Amino acid sequence: METSVAPFREALESLDRIKADNIFQQVLVKRTPIEAVEQVVVPALEQIGAAWHAGEVALSQVYMSGRFCEELVDKTLPPSDPDRKHQPRSAIVVLSDYHDLGKRMVYSVMRASGFELFDYGRMDVDALVKRAVSDKIRVLMISVLMLPSALKVREVCSALKKNGADVKVIVGGAPFLFDSELWKEVGADAMGSSASQAVTIVERMMGELQ
Amino acid sequence: MTSATMTSMQRVLTTLGHQEPDQVPLFLLTTMHGAKELGMSIEQYFSKAEHVAQGQMLLLEKYRGDCVYPFFHASIETEAWGGTTLFSPEGPPVCGDPIITRPTDIETLSSPRVADSPALQKVLATIRELKQQVADTVPIIGVAISPFSLPVMQMGFHSYIELMHEQPTLFDRLMQLNEEFTVEWANAQLEAGATAICYFDPVSSTTSVPRGLYLKTGQQVAKRTLARIKGPTATHLASGRGLSIVSDIADTGTAVVGVSALEDLAELKKAAAGRVTLLGNLNGVEMRRWTPQQAELEVKRAIAKAGRGGGFVLADNHGEIPWQVPEAVLLAIRDAVARWGRYPLTWAADWKD
Repeated sequence: METSVAPFREALESLDRIKADNIFQQVLVKRTPIEAVEQVVVPALEQIGAAWHAGEVALSQVYMSGRFCEELVDKTLPPSDPDRKHQPRSAIVVLSDYHDLGKRMVYSVMRASGFELFDYGRMDVDALVKRAVSDKIRVLMISVLMLPSALKVREVCSALKKNGADVKVIVGGAPFLFDSELWKEVGADAMGSSASQAVTIVERMMGELQ
Repeated sequence: MTSATMTSMQRVLTTLGHQEPDQVPLFLLTTMHGAKELGMSIEQYFSKAEHVAQGQMLLLEKYRGDCVYPFFHASIETEAWGGTTLFSPEGPPVCGDPIITRPTDIETLSSPRVADSPALQKVLATIRELKQQVADTVPIIGVAISPFSLPVMQMGFHSYIELMHEQPTLFDRLMQLNEEFTVEWANAQLEAGATAICYFDPVSSTTSVPRGLYLKTGQQVAKRTLARIKGPTATHLASGRGLSIVSDIADTGTAVVGVSALEDLAELKKAAAGRVTLLGNLNGVEMRRWTPQQAELEVKRAIAKAGRGGGFVLADNHGEIPWQVPEAVLLAIRDAVARWGRYPLTWAADWKD
């Protein structure tokens, strides 16, 4: 593993932007931008995500780390850069409820890991299904905080199926963390327990969708 | 006293004193379920104080819990600040658009007065009605959102995290405004007849902010606020983790900590070290699909881990039982407490997880 990961992660967790930026610039001296992202940024964010899941770091650290890395990656690897991942058309949304921190964290971590995706903001079931079908989305990430919203994922999945859409649905958010069976119950294809896990799941699905 | 002869109030006060009462107190924190009892929509139910008072009394009679809970929904506080509430047929009401759209809005923001808010007056009327009905036999648990957690509804969580880290002056001003409001709101509920105030503070949990930041922010806010609330308080982390800060929370002067299903009750009890009573930690999300047998097992497990010596109130881990949790599960929880919660808990010493 790249030796810069641990100090980079430490700098992110302590919200020391200057130190994190310095470490990243040093890595760029010997690596290409995409290598720096894949070998330093992605593993650091993965470790922070796993640490959050284990109760070792807080949401504020995950959010601020993701936001900072997103800015860093945008500077070194602009959205039009050909090295950005060739990926299935993806989108992220907050379903029904009004809590968007989870979505923002996943969005930042995905972009900081080289992915591009549509940000649908907040939507209800019908509008979401219509938009996902019209955009020909292949991977749909749904974030919720409230249990009633989590239960509505079932309606999304069955409506997508009825419309013949070939979409993998990944869910995340508190209700799924508190009930490990819930994602299957609502018909999702996977559940991410942290923002960085979304990256791992999408990468796995890229293989399945090809 | 060894038989089930205590009133709910005596039972709760005994456990808060870290003594064993007749049986483990049970707080079934049902809010929306009152609407089911009255055959109303959630929106209709929360439209009048008498509905909620009547609903709480019916729930008390049906499930024989050890408190009444005149909590409407968290967004009722943001209504006082000029916000709105959005209702849905099968879940808790939530707040509409944030009242703070840019951090600079905080410069001109002022704290609302409780007397000027029809929504808060409705809650106070509910408390007064409940007090007439239960007098001092059953604790009436009022709710105030912590000044440190209120901004999640006032401005959105991500904007609040950014404010906390990047604009300390505006953060301090918002805390001052919120503290004034929370203190007045909590004391108004106590004056109306509430026995204690549940101080909801999920942002202080280590799920939301690291301990170092909590000690500099949420804990200081809690120390200042709780010192001015003229009655006992219970700090609730609303499903958030708190094991590593239990002792820090105790330092704020609170009597109770509401704890998460994600943490082990035995470890939490050890960390509480007789300084605070634990409230929790049945998993409300899973509860939706428990069988009566699972409900009994979960109750037994919680009591075995935290019941001995008092200092424990059995409850869900969020401070609000989801609408989807069926009556059969709530009754099974109640029956399991009656069966396994009687002191002394001689069977608990042999419990193996």
